[in-house]
Amino acid sequence: MDSSAGGRQLAPTGAIAAASLLLIVAIGIAVSLGAVRLSPDRLIGGLFDTGDAAARQIVWHLRLPRVLVAALVGANLSLAGVLLQGVTRNPLAGPHVLGLSAGAGFAAITVVVIAPGAPVELAAPAAFAGAIAAALVVYGLAWRGGISPVRFALSGVATAALFAALSTAVLASSDLFTQSVLSFLAGGLFSRDWDDVRQIFPYTLVIGGAAVVVGGTLNVLALGDDIARSLGMRVERTRLFLVVLAAGLAGSAVAVSGMLAFVGLVMPHVARLIVGNDNRVIAPLAALLGASLLVFADTFARLVIAPAEIPVGIVTAVIGAPVFLLLIRTRT
Amino acid sequence: MTAPESARGPQIPRSEAGGAPVLEASDLVVSYGAREVLRGLSLSFDEGEFAAIIGPNGSGKSTLLRTLARLIRPQQGRIAFDGRDIEDTTPRDLAQRLAFLPQAPEGPADLTIEDLVWRGRYPHRGLFASASAEDRAAVERALLQAGVDELRHRALATLSGGERQRAWIAMSLSREPDLLLLDEPTTFLDIGHQAELLGLLGTLNRERGLTVVMVLHDVTQAAQYARRVIALHDGRVMHDGTPAEVVTAERISSLFDATVDVLADPVTGVPVVVPRAPTAVADVDGSDSGDA
Repeated sequence: MDSSAGGRQLAPTGAIAAASLLLIVAIGIAVSLGAVRLSPDRLIGGLFDTGDAAARQIVWHLRLPRVLVAALVGANLSLAGVLLQGVTRNPLAGPHVLGLSAGAGFAAITVVVIAPGAPVELAAPAAFAGAIAAALVVYGLAWRGGISPVRFALSGVATAALFAALSTAVLASSDLFTQSVLSFLAGGLFSRDWDDVRQIFPYTLVIGGAAVVVGGTLNVLALGDDIARSLGMRVERTRLFLVVLAAGLAGSAVAVSGMLAFVGLVMPHVARLIVGNDNRVIAPLAALLGASLLVFADTFARLVIAPAEIPVGIVTAVIGAPVFLLLIRTRT
Repeated sequence: MTAPESARGPQIPRSEAGGAPVLEASDLVVSYGAREVLRGLSLSFDEGEFAAIIGPNGSGKSTLLRTLARLIRPQQGRIAFDGRDIEDTTPRDLAQRLAFLPQAPEGPADLTIEDLVWRGRYPHRGLFASASAEDRAAVERALLQAGVDELRHRALATLSGGERQRAWIAMSLSREPDLLLLDEPTTFLDIGHQAELLGLLGTLNRERGLTVVMVLHDVTQAAQYARRVIALHDGRVMHDGTPAEVVTAERISSLFDATVDVLADPVTGVPVVVPRAPTAVADVDGSDSGDA
């Protein structure tokens, strides 16, 4: 875009094209695999309708919606991670670490416990509101005439613990099934359908799109508050705006998948490792890679002990934790 | 053409720099909590000036600079840039013409100088604007003027202290400002790189007409490179004039509450400050009186 990335990193357009291809392949594989394995022929047939009613049923009703939810959740969490790491200038930041997911989870759980009959459409806005509430608490704790990135991160850790405890309290006093509660807390995509796609997609489209557009703003924030201000940025206002975007992304992801860990923390680093430090490229790349990762991880979670399945959050944690430790070791 | 070494030219008297006032601060009051750091301070800088602000720790130098750069909003007083109150200017408009470089800026370790300098174009670019020919030209000029053209693909983490500081200067220049404010730009440099950097600023001042105002810790450096020295004490301007006027033994001693001698640079004649430890002075006076 502006100038040559230079040196060892991949060219931005090449990386994004490759990641797009990866996502398409991931979705193709995920939709093909299951109790009935679809050949590429039947996959195409099921997708584009040619009289194979069984394949059509499997693709459109059973697998595709869940796969799309996985992709959208992966993209949203990764973008939230890019925004939060940029805002706090802290590589350890993410929707989980900063308490946004915990706030969203608390709100979603509370809605389910208090109003068991509430329509599912309520989950995403409630989780969004919970994530924003958590973000405001983090902000309030960190505010002292301005926000220092370090104070922001530390307040986030405290807020995450607070909302996790509140969630546990609400759950312990409810009579929800342990199975579904565990799936929510670990992050699972069991029996997600088109309703869930419709819930999360607007957030990915609007807020995710905005998150990609503000990459240049993150680039300026990366130079420090003083420099960003001297370049004419209204730093506090910008930071608040970016945190609200991150809350929308994290909240909508939590609403349909529960407390999926590590995706939002790790994918920005993976993208950075591939294309360097330009957030205008990191944002879309992290979204595509996060979407691909979650599609693969959920396919594995679905199949590994079939016909039963494990929550995908366990898979992402098992992949994410060592990858993250490796990143820390190689970067420092 | 912008070899930093060429900058250590003879001192030009202040009056020759004179243009219209570019920045005027009047009656500035800034306090942190109960502590008043700037106490009704007024200052004006003309176009083309090369000024250094000196003063003891806690005298308000950095606060003054940050207030002038609009990083701190004064409780009282008014700052006008080019005759217009900066409160009536958008941050972006001001940023197009005024650049501020803090003491130890930090960027991503793997950021190349060229990309850093591009980020300095931010005040001129909208969110969606792609790079224009004007942006490109400004970035190229900034790289050349700061002498980092050949280092453009190097990452910040691989640069020496002097190179890194010149990279940040290039970043500050790419917006093509009229006024550059620098907070102790030589702090983390060895003396060779300090001279190189101040020489570079002198060149930018003379050849590009850039107005330069910097806070300097080292009074001798201020006297050698700046054409105007402003001495701050306890939030007020104590002295303001040419190096010869401000940097005298008496004035510097009382400003810093220290004992100093001021000699003349054997080459240029500008003042050189030699601090004396109180006990050493007593020894000299007492036992070796003939040789002061």
